[in-house]
Amino acid sequence: MGEESKAVVHGTWASAFTKRVELALKIKGIPFEYVEENLRNKSPLLLKYNPVHKKVPVLVHNGKPICESVIILEYIDETWPSGTKLLPQEPYQRAKFRFWAAYIEQLLESVAKLFNAEKAAQGKALEEVHEKLRILEDGVKEFYFVEKSPDHVHAEKLGMLDIMMVGHLVAFKAQEEVLGVKIIDPEKNPFIASWIQALIQLPIVKETLPPHDNMVGLLQFVKQTGIKLMDKSRGHDRGLESKLQSST
Amino acid sequence: MAEEVKLFRTWSSGYALRIVWALKLKGIEYETIFEDLTNKSPSLLQYNPIHGKVPVLVHDGKPVCESLVILEYVDETWKHNPLLPQDPCEKSMARFWANFGDDKLMKSISQLFIAREKDQDVAAVEALENLKLVEEQLKGKKFFHGETIGYLDLAFGWFADFVSILEEIMSLKLVDGERFPHLSSWIQHFIDAPVIRDCWPPRDKMIIKFQVMREKYLAAATPK
Repeated sequence: MGEESKAVVHGTWASAFTKRVELALKIKGIPFEYVEENLRNKSPLLLKYNPVHKKVPVLVHNGKPICESVIILEYIDETWPSGTKLLPQEPYQRAKFRFWAAYIEQLLESVAKLFNAEKAAQGKALEEVHEKLRILEDGVKEFYFVEKSPDHVHAEKLGMLDIMMVGHLVAFKAQEEVLGVKIIDPEKNPFIASWIQALIQLPIVKETLPPHDNMVGLLQFVKQTGIKLMDKSRGHDRGLESKLQSST
Repeated sequence: MAEEVKLFRTWSSGYALRIVWALKLKGIEYETIFEDLTNKSPSLLQYNPIHGKVPVLVHDGKPVCESLVILEYVDETWKHNPLLPQDPCEKSMARFWANFGDDKLMKSISQLFIAREKDQDVAAVEALENLKLVEEQLKGKKFFHGETIGYLDLAFGWFADFVSILEEIMSLKLVDGERFPHLSSWIQHFIDAPVIRDCWPPRDKMIIKFQVMREKYLAAATPK
């Protein structure tokens, strides 16, 4: 029973999606074991636990694997309901959280697109990121922060949306340095900038996120070798699928 | 207090059908607003300003967007006849496979659908691999969650209809009974299920719509 009931996170040090899971467990006070995976030489365990996507993070709890970071966050919230709630209880508020969680993922795809872009395409890609950040800002500040200031952040009572954003903070800063652009620009997105500033001060965040210099080194290597970030099924033609499903 | 429930949809959207079925399974009365996405109503743009898409569920004036988010909202708001499993691990699996259906499966089916004849065999490889994974999930079960229709059946519902449309337009057999016995059987059970079968859009209209769409893509892809 002791062996099975423990929580194990399979991840990589640079994966922001892995950081989300580690943070969520720490916020809930759930002890866990961490296994660093090598994505260029995937362990038999990882392939067993995530045969469909062969990716990190995977949370293994009671011997059963849970995959996909947002699904893992909801699992954590439902399995350990006491303590800080990652999602609100009320169905409409939960729906809003889930909607914006999906939007944050789209924002991150745009950030990956910016990183992968050739120099000539960077300007347009950066505009797309800022536009999405603006939409996120307008959407989230209405319902997420009491009195328009991230008070709950200071109390380390992070919710799912905080966790999703914070996982990527070191990556954002490192990408800004490698690309020479401002992704989180306090003039364009003041609310997001102050939200992120509050998050990055927290001890729990500082101890979980990878060191800035390590991330810069990794991203420089990625850029030089031409490896594409987040290059998965998300690169597909949303227009086609949208048409297949929704248009008349 | 009487509730007001509205559903913005189109006549053909498989994602909107998820909500039609969910509301029917729960016995919820609602008003339907059919949208023409080439000429979106001010209401749709007000309720879904960011994406301007269907479906949108409006419950007592509060809009909920994104069909899988709406399904969970419906399930959490009207708790009878639950759609999702109660156990957190099984719930996670359901969400995982719904995402798989909307991402990997949808992508591979779309790519096959617009493939030129000479490219079809290659395009079919990924689609078939993904279908094998879905087939595995249905082993020993009538529906994804067991004996009764639930969240995952609604999530994959678009596929149950679209596969025969694709097969007819492209004159190929994608889901054959020998290679995919469980998936074939699920399709049959699902499309004929009492709550499901009266909701399908007219097949002849669907064939025309998708034929036109496919021809447009093929024409655009042809080198000049």
